[in-house]
Amino acid sequence: MSKGFKLFMSCKEAVNTCDKAQYGEVTLLDKIKHTIHLFYCKTCQKYSANNKKLTELVNKPEVDCLKKSEKEQLQYNFKKELENHQ
Amino acid sequence: MSGHEINPNKWIDLYSDYLFNYTITRVKDRETAQDLVQETFFAGLKSMKNFKGEASERTWLISILKRKIIDYYRKINSKKGKAEVRMNLNFDAEDDGDWLEQRVADPFDKTAENNLENTELGLAIHNCIGKLPSKQAEVFKMKTLLDYDTETICNELGITASNLWVIIHRARTSLASCMEKNWF
Repeated sequence: MSKGFKLFMSCKEAVNTCDKAQYGEVTLLDKIKHTIHLFYCKTCQKYSANNKKLTELVNKPEVDCLKKSEKEQLQYNFKKELENHQ
Repeated sequence: MSGHEINPNKWIDLYSDYLFNYTITRVKDRETAQDLVQETFFAGLKSMKNFKGEASERTWLISILKRKIIDYYRKINSKKGKAEVRMNLNFDAEDDGDWLEQRVADPFDKTAENNLENTELGLAIHNCIGKLPSKQAEVFKMKTLLDYDTETICNELGITASNLWVIIHRARTSLASCMEKNWF
């Protein structure tokens, strides 16, 4: 926090910011700095584009998975059945 | 036939999300989907001896699941001896479709192809997630698909936030390249 103000971020920071941005967990300042970084960094541009594409895919309602409690329930029932079976 | 490796202890971890995703795109009801997946595992357990090892375990389980889904639709359709096919096609709103206007085809609605593509999408993603190391897969699922808070995940798994972001980053990178190969 006390690093002083830096307008340019490193690629490492940019990638990290990009990942966090996929979950909406970025401060406005970081967002701006990230945008500035993308102006001149081809590699991060590509990463950012790919990352966004992945987010779009994953956020479609057809992509679903079991909740933790549901899975535990399944695991529990299955174990019981397995014991009966052996 | 003991030559074919089959290990039911790992089934839930390895296949439950894949099977669940397969079901949920077809029956639209979480609880039913869960039941069907469970029945599939039970049936698999019962007929384990018949598994010839010609296909992968997952393919074999999917083939059982398909039968289960068909049986499910048969059952609900035959309940009152009605011949109509009762399928809930509008899955985003329960009270939709009562008015005549709403039953007319909506040109802006998703096309059948679009839906088909999305049905496969879920499987493709779970396929790629299945290739990740288990820790990455777990964190990625919790964070992305189940929308848990960073803090919740950190507490539950006993990792730090920066740790989590490194894991997420690795998972995302391999997922992106996997999807690049198999999807786009």
